[in-house]
Amino acid sequence: MRRVAVLGTGHTKFMFNSPKSEVEMLAEASMDAIAESNLKSRDIQAIFCGNVLGDFSEGQGMVQSYLADDIGCFHVPASRFEGACASATMAIRDAFMWVASGFYDIVLVGGTEKATAMGTALATRTFAMFGDSRYEYPAGFTFPGVFGMLAHLYSDKYKVPLKKLKEQMALVSVQSHYYGKNNPHAQFQKDITVDQVLKGFMVTSPLQLLDCCPFSDGAAALVLASEDVAKKHVAKPVYIVGVGQSSSGKISSQYKYLPRLRAREIAVKQAYDMAGLGPEDIDVCELHDCFSIASIIAVESLGFAEFGKGGELWEEGEAKIGGKIPINISGGLKSKGHPIGATGASQACEITHQLREELRDQERQVEGAKVGLVDTLGGDGTIINIIFKID
Amino acid sequence: MEYKLDFRKYSDALSKNRLLGLRCNECSQYTCPPKMTCQECGSSDLEIIQLSGKGEIRTFTQTFVAPQGRECEAPYTVVLVELDEGPWIAGNLIDISPGGVNMKLIGKKVKLGHKIFPGDQYSAGPAARPVFSFVEGK
Repeated sequence: MRRVAVLGTGHTKFMFNSPKSEVEMLAEASMDAIAESNLKSRDIQAIFCGNVLGDFSEGQGMVQSYLADDIGCFHVPASRFEGACASATMAIRDAFMWVASGFYDIVLVGGTEKATAMGTALATRTFAMFGDSRYEYPAGFTFPGVFGMLAHLYSDKYKVPLKKLKEQMALVSVQSHYYGKNNPHAQFQKDITVDQVLKGFMVTSPLQLLDCCPFSDGAAALVLASEDVAKKHVAKPVYIVGVGQSSSGKISSQYKYLPRLRAREIAVKQAYDMAGLGPEDIDVCELHDCFSIASIIAVESLGFAEFGKGGELWEEGEAKIGGKIPINISGGLKSKGHPIGATGASQACEITHQLREELRDQERQVEGAKVGLVDTLGGDGTIINIIFKID
Repeated sequence: MEYKLDFRKYSDALSKNRLLGLRCNECSQYTCPPKMTCQECGSSDLEIIQLSGKGEIRTFTQTFVAPQGRECEAPYTVVLVELDEGPWIAGNLIDISPGGVNMKLIGKKVKLGHKIFPGDQYSAGPAARPVFSFVEGK
């Protein structure tokens, strides 16, 4: 297999109620990524695109094909990936393999979503489609509901009193906003306090409003290419050195592992093994904080904390810049926003910028970062992990 | 290969308060809700059995923001119940006032009943859903 590099990135602002369509948002991010790569649209040989709910939010399917045409990548093979919130990361992993194999030299990857057009009720309904429609949705499962149950299970299993766990969860959201306020692409650019988190209205117990990421509109894109192409076009290629992906069944079928998500442990091990690296080698991590408890659960399976002790990373400031493992310095899904089809591409853009040391002006550069990890969760058990490295 | 126990058969039985699952002839373990293969070993050598419908609450959430079309149900409580036979299944908890939903629910013994979810415009028809109530008192 050949080495595969990220050449360029593009990222729209994540926001509520974007005036643009999913294709328009992704076209803008894509053109920025192509320009940053010092390439033209005609250089792109294939497109790999994450999009989840365009059918519902704007009555538009097959966005990948219209994107290709819109940006002048006429008639290239364009594929849409659906892995719920992990769709774009799934697209990146597949694109990586097509380039690594030698089949393509230069491809475009990205994702787009326009969830806020649906409004909260329809968005809640459609997001619940990424749980089991026959055996679990009839009980009223919602996406936050699944993580609400995991939070209570976590508290019970690891004997972390719910009040203490809730305070740890609040610290996760507070840190995300602390960094997100300096990210010009973030949906929420303001600080919040623990007190505000703990006084928010209850969405589904024990998750209150500020434990939950927002519905968002936005897009992000990257150009991937083989190493030899990359070295001709950009000064600082960032390489994809490890990938992993795993799947799971409905949440009740995962009972032997919960609140751990077995798929994450399998996926990240694949990525670590492929890269010849371990959690101690990761300098910066963007992980899937769809809900505050999700971050605490994630850091344990990624190898950054012992089981039952993930929240201590935020209590002790170890998830900040300068800490043991800087996490979600972009603001994460909570503050930056979570346009679900775009999120994985957004995380990959952020890690690329961190490794290229481009975030000093935003006062959120992890100094000396050479290796970064992306973690994205789709539904109740599709997980993709990708490790990036700069030489 | 046909399903030994598909959703329609499972739902029809549940609508008569009978909880069906699968017992594996290779590893002797139980799978519920049913699947094509054994949850534990992946074997397709399965037989249908009726489960007790009794178990303990393992976790829960009380949902205030409901999906479209189900706003009138909120607040409602969703639980994961560990059946006496081992598997966990999802359902609703009834028989409890909204103010009484807290961590003390975990470990409480419950028994199975059912309600029919009529389906919505995104569902392929109605579905019986497990509804749990406390075995003794409140």
